[in-house]
Order: sequence, then C-alpha cells, then structure tokens
Amino acid sequence: MLHDRDRIFTNLYGFQSPGLKAAQMRGAWDGTKVLLDKGRDWVVDEMKKSGLRGRGGAGFPTGLKWSFMPKQSDGRPHYLVVNADESEPGTCKDREIMRHDPHLLIEGCLIASFAMGAHACYIYIRGEYIAEREALQRAVDEAYDAKLVGKDNVHGWPFDIYVAHGAGAYICGEETALLESLEGKKGMPRLKPPFPANMGLYGCPTTVNNVESIAVAGTILRRGAAWFAGIGRPNNVGTKLFCVSGHVNKPCNVEEAMGLTFRELIDTHCGGIRGGWDNLLAVIPGGSSVPMVPAEQITDAFMDFDTLRNLKSGLGTAAVIVMDKSTDVVRAIARISYFYKHESCGQCTPCREGTGWMWRVLNRMAEGRAQKREIDMLLEVTTQVEGHTICALGDAAAWPVQGLIRHFRHEIEKRIDDYAANPHSEPVRVAAE
Amino acid sequence: MSVRRLAAEAIQPASFAFTAENLAWARMVIARYPEGRQASAVIPLLWRAQEQHDYWLPRAAIEYIANMLGMPTIRVLEVATFYTMFNLEPVGKFFVQLCGTTPCRLRGADDIIKVCESRIGPQRHVSGDGNFSWLEVECLGSCCNAPMVQINNDYYEDLTPESFNKLLDDLAAGRPVKKGPQSARHTSEPEGAVKTLLDPSLYDGSVVGAWKKRFEEEEAKAREAAAKAAEEKAAADKAAAAAAAENPKPGKPSDDTAGLKAADTPAARVADGKEPVHPAAQAQAADPTKAKTSTEAPLPPPVSDEHKPVLLTAPEGGKADDLELIWGVGPKLAEMLHKMGVYHFSQIASWNEMNLRWVDQNLGAFRGRAVRDKWIEQAAKLATGWRPDNKIGDRPAPAKD
Repeated sequence: MLHDRDRIFTNLYGFQSPGLKAAQMRGAWDGTKVLLDKGRDWVVDEMKKSGLRGRGGAGFPTGLKWSFMPKQSDGRPHYLVVNADESEPGTCKDREIMRHDPHLLIEGCLIASFAMGAHACYIYIRGEYIAEREALQRAVDEAYDAKLVGKDNVHGWPFDIYVAHGAGAYICGEETALLESLEGKKGMPRLKPPFPANMGLYGCPTTVNNVESIAVAGTILRRGAAWFAGIGRPNNVGTKLFCVSGHVNKPCNVEEAMGLTFRELIDTHCGGIRGGWDNLLAVIPGGSSVPMVPAEQITDAFMDFDTLRNLKSGLGTAAVIVMDKSTDVVRAIARISYFYKHESCGQCTPCREGTGWMWRVLNRMAEGRAQKREIDMLLEVTTQVEGHTICALGDAAAWPVQGLIRHFRHEIEKRIDDYAANPHSEPVRVAAE
Repeated sequence: MSVRRLAAEAIQPASFAFTAENLAWARMVIARYPEGRQASAVIPLLWRAQEQHDYWLPRAAIEYIANMLGMPTIRVLEVATFYTMFNLEPVGKFFVQLCGTTPCRLRGADDIIKVCESRIGPQRHVSGDGNFSWLEVECLGSCCNAPMVQINNDYYEDLTPESFNKLLDDLAAGRPVKKGPQSARHTSEPEGAVKTLLDPSLYDGSVVGAWKKRFEEEEAKAREAAAKAAEEKAAADKAAAAAAAENPKPGKPSDDTAGLKAADTPAARVADGKEPVHPAAQAQAADPTKAKTSTEAPLPPPVSDEHKPVLLTAPEGGKADDLELIWGVGPKLAEMLHKMGVYHFSQIASWNEMNLRWVDQNLGAFRGRAVRDKWIEQAAKLATGWRPDNKIGDRPAPAKD
C-alpha cells in the first residue's frame, strides 16, 4: 500500500476543512513563488521528467502537452482550460478534488498557466456538480482575498481564474466540444487540426487539462520529478485516484500507486469482491468507454496504462466498475450503449445513427430476441463507427460492445438459444427513434 | 441524441424578465468574458432564468436572453435544447434526477426506479400535489456512492428503497434532510474503518517547507560545482602561465610532422596485410547520415571491461525475445547481440549507462547505435509486455541538443 506521506490528495474524503488555512497546513500554496522563480522551462522540464501522463483518460504526457504552447505570444492571449466535466460513467474523482482539496487545483492552475504563458484560466465544471462548483468558487474567492491569484498577486504572475459550468452534456468532456461550450455554443467537437494549442478558446492558443493532472503539479514540483517517477512501474508512474464502484464490498475513491494489481486494490481498500473472488465475472477498468476484461485476465493484472492496453482495454480515468456473477452482462453493456446514444452530439452520422442502432440490437440480444448472425453484424457495425467520427465518442461507444462480444459471445448465443427454444408471440414492431 | 422540444404553447408564459437582483448578477457574469464574447455567458444566464422560473425554461426566457446577449434566437434555442439540464417543461417542486447508468444499476438503481414509479408515476410527469417529478438521467458522477439521485441542487447518495422513501416523505413534509450519503459514510471513503490518510503529520503543518531542503541542497551542489570549476580553471590558467614563463622558447617540433608514425593509416594497414581503410569506417563513410553524426558527435572515450553487463550463454527458457522490436535493431544487430550473449529485453532494461556504453563500443560497425537509440528506455518499455504496432519498433524521441 502507498504510504500516507506519498499521497497528494490528503483531504480526499473531506475529513479536514477544504479552506485555505487548512489547505496551507497540508502543504498547498507552500513556496509556490520559489517554484515559479525557477522559470518556465524548469517547470515544463520537471513535469516532463516526472513522467506524469494525463489523468483524463487518454494518458498523454502532461509536460509534453504544456510544451506545445507557443513560447512567444504572437499578440493573442494564451488560455489554460481545466476540464472538470467529469461525466464518464464510473468516474467520480475530480469531484472530490474540487470539493475537498480545491486549493491544490487552484495552485496547479497558476503553475500550469505560468508554464504556458497564460494569464487567464477557465475551469469548466459539469452542470450537475452544483455543490462542487460552489465549493470551488469559495476557494477561488479565498485565493483572491489572500492575493494568491489575481491581477497583482504575491507570485508576480498576473493571473485570473474563472469557474464556468455546463448544463448536462457528456460530450463537453471532449476538449474541443468543451471549448465550443465555453464560447456559448452547442458542445459539438471541432475538427482537428488546428489543434487547441494553436487555435483554441476564442481562436487563441489553449491547453485543456484534466483536473487531476493539474492538481498534482504543485506537489510534483515541490517533491521533485524523481519522487513522482519513482512510484509505480516504468512508463506508468506516480499516484492515481482510483474510483471503485459496482460489486465490491466497500466501493470507494482511493489514491494509490499506479501499477498495483487489481487484486491488491480491491483487497486492500474495497473489502474484496462481493461474494468472494470466485464470484467475479468481469471488470471495466477505466470508465464505461473501455472494453471489459473477464475475471481471469484482470485479477492479477497491473492497473496501469500499458498493461491494460495489452489486455485490449485501457486505464482510462481509472474508474473501476466491478461486476460479479449476478450481473446481466449483456444488459449492463446495453445500458452503456444507451448512454452513448443519449450523449451523441449528432454531428457525425456514424455515431448519431450507429449508437442508437447498437443499443436497439443489444437490447434485443439481452432478451435473446435476435439471430446469431447478428452478433457478427453488430461487431462489424462497431468497426464502422469506430474511427469514423470527428471525436472519440464513436470509438467509446464501439469499444464496450466489442469487449462484450470478444469475451461473452457465448452468453449472447445462450440467450438466443433459450429464446428460440421457448415459444413467443411475434412482438409488436416499434419504429426507430 | 435525445429529442427535446419546447413545452406546449398553452402553458408558455407571455413574457419573461430577470429580477433586478438577477439582472445585476447577469451583468457581472457577462463582464467575465473578453469583449465581444458575451455569448459565452449564455449557459449561466439560461441557468439563472430556469432557477427564477420554477426550474423550467419557457420560450420567452430564451428570447429574452438572446436579446440580452445580442445573439440570434435560434442560437440560444439550440443551446437550450442541446444541454439536457435545461428543463423545457414544468417539473415538480422537488425534481428527482435519478442516475440510471450501469454503475448505479449494478448497485440497485432498479429498486429506486420502482419507488419513483410507484410514488410519483411515469417519468416527466408532475405528481398531483405538484411536489415531485422524476427523470432517469445519465451518470451523475457519484459512482462510489451508488445508487444516487439529485433532487434540485443536491446529491443524495448510498440509497436503499427504504431510505429513499423516507427521504421523499421528509421532503414532502418539509422536514430537514441530510444531503450526501444516506448511509453512515461521510463522503466516498470505504465504509467502516478508513485505512488511509491516517498519518497525523499530514495535517499538523510539518509538511510545510520540508521539501525546500532538497532545493537548497541542489543549489548548494550547483554552487559548489561552479566554484570548483572556476577554481580548477584558475589553477590551470596559472599553471599554463607558469609553464609559459619557465619555458618561453617554442616547443621543439616533432619529427613526425607528416603523421607517418600514426598507428592506423592506410599505409600502415597495407603494410600489416589488412585492407587500407577500416571496414567500419568505410561503411560509415558510405552512409552520409552516419558520416554526419560521426563528425557532429565524436565517439565517447572507451569504457573498460569492468562495465561489462551480465551476459548469457543461452537464452533463458530456450527462447530469446524478438530484439528486432527495438527501433534501430535489425537482423544483423540482433545476431551480434545474440553472439555477445544478449537475448532478453529484461537484460537490456537492467543495464546502467556504463553497461550500455560498453555494449555500444563492441558493436563494431554499429557502434553508437545503442546509446543513440536509447536501448535501455526502449527495452524497459518492451519488458513490461508492451509491443509496438509494427515489426521494427517505435522510434524513441530524439535526444535534445
């Protein structure tokens, strides 16, 4: 188990006050000026050396992302945008940071903005997080009052921070859709290139980072890139917030070292699988977008980007959804398909039409009211959605279905056989939506 | 996508305007955004309008806000229908948004849905007393506390049918309710004894400033190194000056001016019965890119045999790893490595910088490749079980100049 002294989010569960005084006692805002005085290049370099990979799902190296921002401003302002539109089913980590450790996030925003020459930062929170938005706004006000941020603050880097919010759209977690939403439009992803680092918010160079990636920056710089890089396994370093939900005895959020095994994670923190390890059926290890992994493959797998990718899944946001043998696995994935149908922005045809199609077919399969050849047809349709859309929502809708067919085709076939073996009257046909 | 339309004309109010208080607030929000970008405020403004109008957005409010922000009405209508938290029709005084996505379903959201259906009725239907309406929504981001609902602005988590029934009773009767988990949990910690974040030194302020020691040490080291370098340079200058003072005459010219005695000249090689030009040098000269690198980066000083890494006589388990997956290693180099006794990624990954340089200088014509192509870094990645998408490996990021 990770030592308490190596944890970054020391108020993860909100047992302490989230206020400025208490946060400073826990080490936030400690010597931020010393860090900034070391210069922009040093900050970016340390972040690169720390090996931090973005915590929003894709795992792109954070330091590298920061270095993409133009070194010299061409007259346009630079912006930092923090993606707090946490909507991936299974994920509930950023919420804890915003309501319990907001000062780590605000300090991270200042450091990141400094590193990319930005004087303004927008934090975009999902609309449903109303209490979290208020908590974060309180912390921002405190930071302004203490002159930690603002036009003329004690750190000598003029910096404004704004809390913005959405109103219920999963797609706004996609970085360019988020920028559209911030500009007051529908959250429809933009074509890339141009990338946000050149043309982002209001056409200005912008970097979009996840809350967790930004909030760890201060601690990494203080304790050193070597400390962070020393935790975990090669190429998958540092600590990570895991959100464990589903069929475990004690679902919880916990900060752990990357690359601990699934078994360690569940046994140490979550009180084991409901009904014991023999009762484990499958796990979705990184939020609903990644394919599921069956019990025998995940049990002793390392929870990190590369190991899970080799299992044809992914770490994503480290939202671990555990399913025991009581789960109706086809219905569980059908529900995820409904989610993507509901959240597709409707811009690209393969996704708009494909998500609804996949959901309807899966729903029939959950009952067994299907033909076996339709399984392959469904698989083929997923590959036609995947990679043929502007953003990754099409991929995210296709992968869970692919994971289901890869590992539980026998379950679908069994349902079809069961249904065929029992007489049914012809169902009433319903028109597609 | 979901189909969302405005409420029926019959219930649309004729007009809408912000209260004075909300108007002042709206001006403040608009001022947050850069000049000419006031459209950015559309979501917060629509939100405030919804709050003012019993939690649903009438057409009049959409038109009012379009006017206020100087946006075409259709753009605001698009936004209002795109974002699902804007209610386009009346809702109950307590509007229950129930998370029905898979993580909540796994923990029993179906039972909570049954309670809603039996107590309130179908979705999007306001109960007779006007108190309740409910809607199944997508993940609300509180999955460690599933199942859960959001009622107006607040989350109610860790629900059971009993606690949810009680919650609805309390709300209807106007009794105070507990927000957050309805179980014994505080937030999203594991139920019962918490095993982490118990170290009191995290909270007593002892972490403040502790990290500065490392910075000071590093700075002191850098200063020391700079001072030492300066001292050495001064000493060397002094010695050179002294030598020059002692021996003012120019040095005696060497009698080997033509470099005839150099060991490895073509002439000497021919005399020894070898090829006039060293084959490695020849290979290097034939390849302009390599010739360039060799002139730019002179070969590092030789490494002694004490840095020889552990080499094997045969692959472990009888099967060698496919070393060609290392970018820059082809069949020829893989064969050389096998001859040397290198068979596994884990072997290479365990080397240190000096081991790598020792191997590097024993690569004959390929000398320099191991360091240039960062074999240790590549092998470490491959040793984890990661595999590149192609057969020649992924090119490592070039070293910075």
